[in-house]
Amino acid sequence: MSFEIRVDKQLGEASIALDLTAGDGLTVLFGPSGIGKTSVLNMVAGLLRPDRGRIAVAGRVLFDTDAGIDLAPERRRAGYVFQEPRLFPHRRVRANLLYGAADDSGLAAAVAMLGIGHLLDRWPRTLSGGEARRVAIGRALLRDPAFLLLDEPLSSLDRARRGEIMDAILRVRDAAGLPILMVTHDPDEAERLGTRIVRID
Amino acid sequence: MLSAEEWTIVALSLKVGGVALAAMLPLAFALAWVLARAHFPGKLLLDAIVHLPLVVPPVVTGWALLLAFGPNGPIGGVLERWFGISVLFRWTGAAIAAGIMALPLMVRAMRLSIEAVDRRLESAARTLGAGPGRVFWSLTLPLSLPGVLAGAVLGFARSIGEFGATITFVSNVPGQTQTLPLAIYSALQQPGAEATVWRLSAMSVALSLVALVASEMLTRRVRRGLHVL
Repeated sequence: MSFEIRVDKQLGEASIALDLTAGDGLTVLFGPSGIGKTSVLNMVAGLLRPDRGRIAVAGRVLFDTDAGIDLAPERRRAGYVFQEPRLFPHRRVRANLLYGAADDSGLAAAVAMLGIGHLLDRWPRTLSGGEARRVAIGRALLRDPAFLLLDEPLSSLDRARRGEIMDAILRVRDAAGLPILMVTHDPDEAERLGTRIVRID
Repeated sequence: MLSAEEWTIVALSLKVGGVALAAMLPLAFALAWVLARAHFPGKLLLDAIVHLPLVVPPVVTGWALLLAFGPNGPIGGVLERWFGISVLFRWTGAAIAAGIMALPLMVRAMRLSIEAVDRRLESAARTLGAGPGRVFWSLTLPLSLPGVLAGAVLGFARSIGEFGATITFVSNVPGQTQTLPLAIYSALQQPGAEATVWRLSAMSVALSLVALVASEMLTRRVRRGLHVL
């Protein structure tokens, strides 16, 4: 199984309890805003610690309270595309893309797939929302991830940009063969991109 | 312009300020980082202690330094016995006094700039494979650098303006501890030295102005940096 996630987490008043097993392709976590979908991604990425449970991706255990396993985020090999691009403002696009990469051998291919070749020498603050998001996707891909986490990758983009990013995600899904866990509250997005849809409410 | 003697005073002030800054910079940054990022019992107390020199009468700080660094003091005794060093009546003592007095200002500016670093960028870096060390060197430090430099410049300006703690701690020795403010004070006691007072005061104001403008320019960079995402 690509994703095996069984977690409990108390966050203030709210609590998250999820038991999910998903195969290859793109798994959509679908549900209304504010029920902790992003928290699930953060737990898989190692940025948020579940109270208890087990998280394994592609057979590799990332977190297991019973076995006392809790890999640091930098050792989980996640390609995490956050809801905001989170590009490093003091580094140009090229340096952002290569931040997590072992070398620049994959740069040309990723840049071509995402159509961001003309942006390499730009500063992040000069990018449009869609451009920044594509760079963030490229940066996550170039760190040689074992899996991808996408948090509302199409939110706050206009129609044309949405189409652009959606195509990019489809290309990544079909080309890279990586397990992908994507969070969205948009039914069309979920329908169009998801290999399977997991509803949480 | 200034006489040779007056240039000596300016040079001594710059040396004292420079050494005070260089010695305090790592400590100030470490304190700022701890106050900005760490959570531990007694943090409020540490914060208060760091800020003490800002509010305590400087003469009290100078007296406390005298007790600590005097021949029978806990630090002075060790320096004297083990290394044969005394900082009393020396420019090194003036640098210690200046550094202690500048510390709170430096910590304040640096702490603000460290707090302004977007933690979300740091977690993004972690997911990209960077351990805490790389995150610090590649993100936290460069992103807070303008504020750290602003704090350093501010601390330097405060150092060269230090008076009360210095004169209490290491007295007013020409060529050793007589920095600009102390020299101005001495000149004020002498009849007919008004011209010297004017020139040295003008020099003080000029140095402070340059430092404050530099500090403000760096601070603005920090504020702009906040909105680049």
